[in-house]
Amino acid sequence: MSERHIEIDGQSVPYEEGETLLEAAGRTDAEIPTLCYDPRLEPFGGCRLCVVEIEGSHNPVASCARKCEDGMVVRTATDALEQHRKTLVEMVCSENRQVDVDPLSGFASQELAVLADRYDARTQRFVGRRSGQSRVDDDDNPFILRDYDQCISCYRCVRVCAEQEGDYAISVKGRGFDTQITVEFDGKLNESACTFCGQCVATCPTGALADRKALRHVDTPGPIEKTRTICPYCGVGCSVDLLTKGDSLVGVQPAMDGPANKGALCIKGQYAYDFVQHGDRLTTPLLRGDDGELHPASWDEALDVAAAGFLKARDEHGRHSIYAIASGRAPHEAAYTTQRFIRAGFWTNHVDNCSRA
Amino acid sequence: MSNPLEDMSKPDVIFCIGTNMTECHPVAATGIKKALAKGAKLIVADPRHIPLAKLADVVLPLRVGSDVALLLGMAHVIAREGLVDEEFLAARTSGGDEFLAHVAKFTPEWAEGISGVPAADIEAAGLLFGRAERGAIYYTLGITEHICGVDNVQSLCNLALMTGNIGREGTGINPMRGQNNIQGAGDCGALPNNYVGFQPVTDPANQAKFAEAYGHEVDLELGMTKVTALEQCGDQIRAMLIDGENTLVTDPDQGHCEHALKSLDHLVVIDIFLTDTAALADVVFPATAYGETDGVCTNTERRVQRLRAAVPPPGEARPDWWIISQMAKRCGFSGFEFESAKDVFNEICSLSPTYAGLNWDRIADGAYIWPVPYDGHPGTPILHQDEFINGRGLFKLIEYRDPAEVVCDEFPVWLTTGRRLQSYHSRTQTGRSSGIDYLLWEESLEVHPDDVADWGLTDGGWCRMTSARGSISIKVKATRQSPRGTVFASFSFSDVPVNVLTGSGYDPITQTAELKVCTVRIEPASVPEPAIST
Repeated sequence: MSERHIEIDGQSVPYEEGETLLEAAGRTDAEIPTLCYDPRLEPFGGCRLCVVEIEGSHNPVASCARKCEDGMVVRTATDALEQHRKTLVEMVCSENRQVDVDPLSGFASQELAVLADRYDARTQRFVGRRSGQSRVDDDDNPFILRDYDQCISCYRCVRVCAEQEGDYAISVKGRGFDTQITVEFDGKLNESACTFCGQCVATCPTGALADRKALRHVDTPGPIEKTRTICPYCGVGCSVDLLTKGDSLVGVQPAMDGPANKGALCIKGQYAYDFVQHGDRLTTPLLRGDDGELHPASWDEALDVAAAGFLKARDEHGRHSIYAIASGRAPHEAAYTTQRFIRAGFWTNHVDNCSRA
Repeated sequence: MSNPLEDMSKPDVIFCIGTNMTECHPVAATGIKKALAKGAKLIVADPRHIPLAKLADVVLPLRVGSDVALLLGMAHVIAREGLVDEEFLAARTSGGDEFLAHVAKFTPEWAEGISGVPAADIEAAGLLFGRAERGAIYYTLGITEHICGVDNVQSLCNLALMTGNIGREGTGINPMRGQNNIQGAGDCGALPNNYVGFQPVTDPANQAKFAEAYGHEVDLELGMTKVTALEQCGDQIRAMLIDGENTLVTDPDQGHCEHALKSLDHLVVIDIFLTDTAALADVVFPATAYGETDGVCTNTERRVQRLRAAVPPPGEARPDWWIISQMAKRCGFSGFEFESAKDVFNEICSLSPTYAGLNWDRIADGAYIWPVPYDGHPGTPILHQDEFINGRGLFKLIEYRDPAEVVCDEFPVWLTTGRRLQSYHSRTQTGRSSGIDYLLWEESLEVHPDDVADWGLTDGGWCRMTSARGSISIKVKATRQSPRGTVFASFSFSDVPVNVLTGSGYDPITQTAELKVCTVRIEPASVPEPAIST
């Protein structure tokens, strides 16, 4: 079978059966704007920003929903399309209290502000009614800020909760300017099917749903840095980006390209990270004193006592009197050096990990 | 897992047994929900009416510890209805004829008598799984934490083998590992029976290899398991190193465990907090934590992934590998001159056949699922595709055995334990993360509403729960998630130390504790009293 192609802005692009125009265009230089689009979700076609012109077609079509057909000729950035997009972004901006929100709000929270810049859309040309009523004050949950003044009814939160999480906790009531994102019985999140996985926050393009925990650090000085690592809890191995400002760990965002999770997280990976910089952390070695209590000690002293204790047991009771338990939570290097300590040091196999409990 | 996580949305029939996946592996469960949205059928076997059961087509609410009977009943149905994959049986397995003869006597009616699951539902589950084009099995500790854990796993293998549901996309035997690097701890040789890369210590060729690598003859016999070592504390075992485990709270029979650790001449603990276990140590070393440590971990699908430090550790905390290496050097041991996590990981790769094609730089994007036996090998997402490690898949003739404890006049209630969505293990981490308390602030015992009434308890009131090993106070929560006669609690809260009660028995082969079954007596109480180990 010969390879099928479409033409995008004069460039011939091969595609796979079932691919959308937007997906195919992702492999070209075309920069098609989107707001209601999340590559993990089914096409929605709500925001109309991604519309493109197809030769022979009377009206522009949503590229996120339209499938490629062999020989299609597509234009993604004509003057008419760009003018249409600018007007749309201006109207969307007119919906919201503010366009610019702190990047700690969430993974996708800057999308509207980026488009407003791209289309020079902070014109305030449109004024009037706005949709969405804030639940910031009455829903006091510590994780998800529900600032629906900022909602643009893109339904990404509704869809991610249904399609990605399978929880169907988020729904919509009303239409037009009365559109309100809500949960069952219009209640608080902790009284709904919400599991606080934070996926709605991660996909929200305006900060209407925002990371309340991370936003505690708005005033912490310094730029936000991201470091890719793996969640420390269960065995799924979700990739996360740790957000830091200076030496402070200020938040977690899901890694959309994480090989095991593809952007998904649960409440623990998303929100249970601040044990790391908790005041209870051990900061020095501790040695048990003659008074029977543990006391801070220097590394030198503590390492000497630790080593001497093992050697004493070996000399008095034989090398089979030493045992080590490796951690299922610490990295490979911890488990490997633990078993090496036993095998290369005492020449026994007296080592195990916690998988039996 | 025999198959990768991305396969979870591909089966047409999914069989989940002993896994409360939406709470314990929530992100993995999203794959199953996607499969269901595409029309897949779900069978859930669990004593409790867990959230996953609400999504199921067939629910099998078995009595705790009766998995073998249920699975024999399902195998009987598959054999009787001619749903065996004869081609797979002939080409890839051994012992099939004996197995099919073996299951002939284990009718669904027989299985109902033991498991309490209606025979018609066992029949329906057998038919559904037997007719699957791609049938996948997922399980967790609800299968392994039994005195018959190995029998349970082998019963699941029998089901997969007889239906040819192994070695193909969207099928397989898939245990979900419960800790971020429990797979990695095994990969790295922290096992009494295997060197790094699952090389048996009893194999003379391996012994020679590691004698050379580690510069000294090593023992040819197996080491002790942790369970045995804890029993031997104060006798044969005199000094112990525990790295990053709150043994005292998470292990069964807490009274026994505390006595064991206190009997040691020398206990060294490495951790990030002063856990209940660390508080018993002679020396405690402060380790670096999540977000402070460069290193490697392996997830449940055998994917080898990099951990990266983002913030400096508090005070003088150091990486575990550095602490252990320094201690080794002060003991006079050679070969611990590691300067970085990269040095350690590359030594692992040099000695492990499953990691032979990997190194520190190659795993930067987490693209490899082991085994990766040589440079340029793409990794092995699906195991057993062309042949099994030992050649052919072996059927095992399993018989049902009762749990170590069975309900009786003195202890008439089944207790089973597990985790909850919002907390993790002994809460040393989730308990110190802000906001989690908003959703889960205390432990409670889940009791069927009719049992609450029959036993004179009050929803939200206290009760005293007693096993042969101890007694604790816990609040009562009436919920239909528990069946009649079976109660559930997590072991997350140290003020409700449920593991004071557990520890009735151990699997004779793996020495995994039967944490999922213990019999208890429950009495109403007006006020909480301290836990007692007897």
